[in-house]
Amino acid sequence: MALLTIAEALNQALLQEMTNDNRVMILGEDVGQDGGVFRITDGLLQKFGEERVADTPISESGIVGAAIGLAAAGMRPVAEIQFDGFVYPAFDQLICHAARMRNRSRGKYSCPIVVRFPYSGGVRALEHHSESMEVLYIHTPGLKVVCPSTPYDAKGLLIAAIRCPDPVIFMEPKRLYRSLKEDVPEESYEIPLGQARVMIEGTDATVIAWGSMVPIALKAQASFAKENVSLEIIDLRTLSPLDTETILNSVKKTGRCVVIQEGPRTCGLAAEISALIMEKALFDLKSPVERVTGFDVIPPLLQAEDFNIPDDKRLIAGIRKVLA
Amino acid sequence: MGLIDSANPLSDKMIQVLDHEGNFVRPALAAKWDDKTLREIYENMVFLRMADQKLISLQRQGRSGSYPSIEGHEACQIGSSLAIKKTDWIFPAFRELAICYMQGMELEKIFLYWMGNEWGSNAAANVFPVSITVGGHPLHATGYAWALKLQKKPDITVSYFGDGATSTGDFYEAMNFAGVLKIPTIFFCQNNQWAISTPCSKQTAAKTLAQKALACGIPGIQVDGNDIFAVYAVMSEASERARKGLGATLIEAVTYRFGNHTTADDAKKYRPQKEVDAMRKFDPMLRLRLLLQKKNAWDEKFEKEVIARSEEKVRAAVEKAEGFPKPKPKEIFDYLYEKLTPALEEQKAYLLNHLKTYCSTP
Repeated sequence: MALLTIAEALNQALLQEMTNDNRVMILGEDVGQDGGVFRITDGLLQKFGEERVADTPISESGIVGAAIGLAAAGMRPVAEIQFDGFVYPAFDQLICHAARMRNRSRGKYSCPIVVRFPYSGGVRALEHHSESMEVLYIHTPGLKVVCPSTPYDAKGLLIAAIRCPDPVIFMEPKRLYRSLKEDVPEESYEIPLGQARVMIEGTDATVIAWGSMVPIALKAQASFAKENVSLEIIDLRTLSPLDTETILNSVKKTGRCVVIQEGPRTCGLAAEISALIMEKALFDLKSPVERVTGFDVIPPLLQAEDFNIPDDKRLIAGIRKVLA
Repeated sequence: MGLIDSANPLSDKMIQVLDHEGNFVRPALAAKWDDKTLREIYENMVFLRMADQKLISLQRQGRSGSYPSIEGHEACQIGSSLAIKKTDWIFPAFRELAICYMQGMELEKIFLYWMGNEWGSNAAANVFPVSITVGGHPLHATGYAWALKLQKKPDITVSYFGDGATSTGDFYEAMNFAGVLKIPTIFFCQNNQWAISTPCSKQTAAKTLAQKALACGIPGIQVDGNDIFAVYAVMSEASERARKGLGATLIEAVTYRFGNHTTADDAKKYRPQKEVDAMRKFDPMLRLRLLLQKKNAWDEKFEKEVIARSEEKVRAAVEKAEGFPKPKPKEIFDYLYEKLTPALEEQKAYLLNHLKTYCSTP
């Protein structure tokens, strides 16, 4: 066990998977000598050499497209895209090819790639560096979407993603990269994809969060605990496929639910979760499901970004609404 | 110096070996194919053109979906196939019936794909599924060949695409990756002059497409794509270079699309018939027949035999493709992921139950 940040836990996951499986390789912009702009791949070039840690041209579509070919030929490429807002040039490759290769070929080819990138705002960055557009990937059949919020989960989920035979979008909450430390086992382990985690059990209301919003949910939980209100906090961890069982079990127990989401409101994952609860647990509800989300706006530049990103005050207000 | 090293991709003086009247203009470059081999090549051209025409008529009869004809591209595809190995990997765009067949795909699988069944892309041959979106798949060929290089395997990859694809960013990104990483792949552009209704002159202001390789530090070469000898010579050299570790080549094979873009299109709306008629004399099949005639290796009897054999092969392939089991509803779910997700399990159960309850579909 060692106390690690999310950044360190991800680095350890990559190091261990590359050590255990020589098919695993990394490609992306500045991932080699520089160790990635967030240093997630630090030291890996020195350990594994240029063949397995490839600095590529600035060419997002090229990175994902080449990864598709590499994977079809038996490699296990882990592609890093530098920022959330830089993935879009690779959308044709992700949506038209990576997500479809298995289905298109009726299983002859598969696409075991991981596309990692930092997402979320709150680090006072430039435009295109603060996006939370997980729903675009969730909405694409054929992709899996993973979003850890803790160092322990970050390591286990990345290892599971690399071993996954299907393409995985791995979204790393950038403002949590170094903001918290946690005991992380030295040995390699997997957190199975598709399993949410009940972080804190409670009885009065369920709060569903993922990635960057999880610490806010925990803060709200601590605040309500002082008032003897017992919140159940669920960290989804995998956004596609969604662990509907954990969500529904919790909501059936508490009868109240708030979903907090950093990304834009309309057609977001929170909306899908609300519809799910309406279809399958409506008569267990004591109040309507509440969504606390980013607005349907372009992520504002740094001076105004806090107006958009849900915080504990907005979450607490949302929770009060469902408790009322 | 080889053809590729000495080529000037800025110039539109394309490499030609056999001219359109069936005369060797650069006999030194001509493959030493004996008459028997030449007759086999010719027979493949006739056969694959008949297969192509069959798909068009199947579409007209409602027995196939939209289909893009390869008529005119036979020398590009058959010639390039003869210069590589069956263990190499092919990444086709959609106008690639001949190369897919030549590399070992069963004709019935090719038919099955155009008839609208995904099993048509599940072939034993080293041929990737057709890429319908334009320009993206050269990157897959590049990535695949990158893996072959890392795995120290002797094989190479080839992506096939048209003139339109050279306007896409992905085409450039693929060549750029291949250049930087010295990847054993060949970019085979069939410049057939038309991207649906857009002529090459509106696709680029560059005099050749081959020159687009220059910016990526890889060689580009323009070849007469209606001349199977020239295609074979250039492709052989590109393949040898890739296998030797000299990296990628862009080949621009200049040819002509005799047909419509697809069966869903009518080229008369944008392309003068005069142009098509004038191009007929450059038909790659005609050129090979003229050569065979000069060598006394072709007569009407041979032609009739070829047509009869081809008709039978095409008929058998249609029969097999149409006899292939129709897709079961469950199949639309079963290949999304290695294992069905809970949501897909639920949706599949819903559909099957719905069909059982309300429809007669099995």
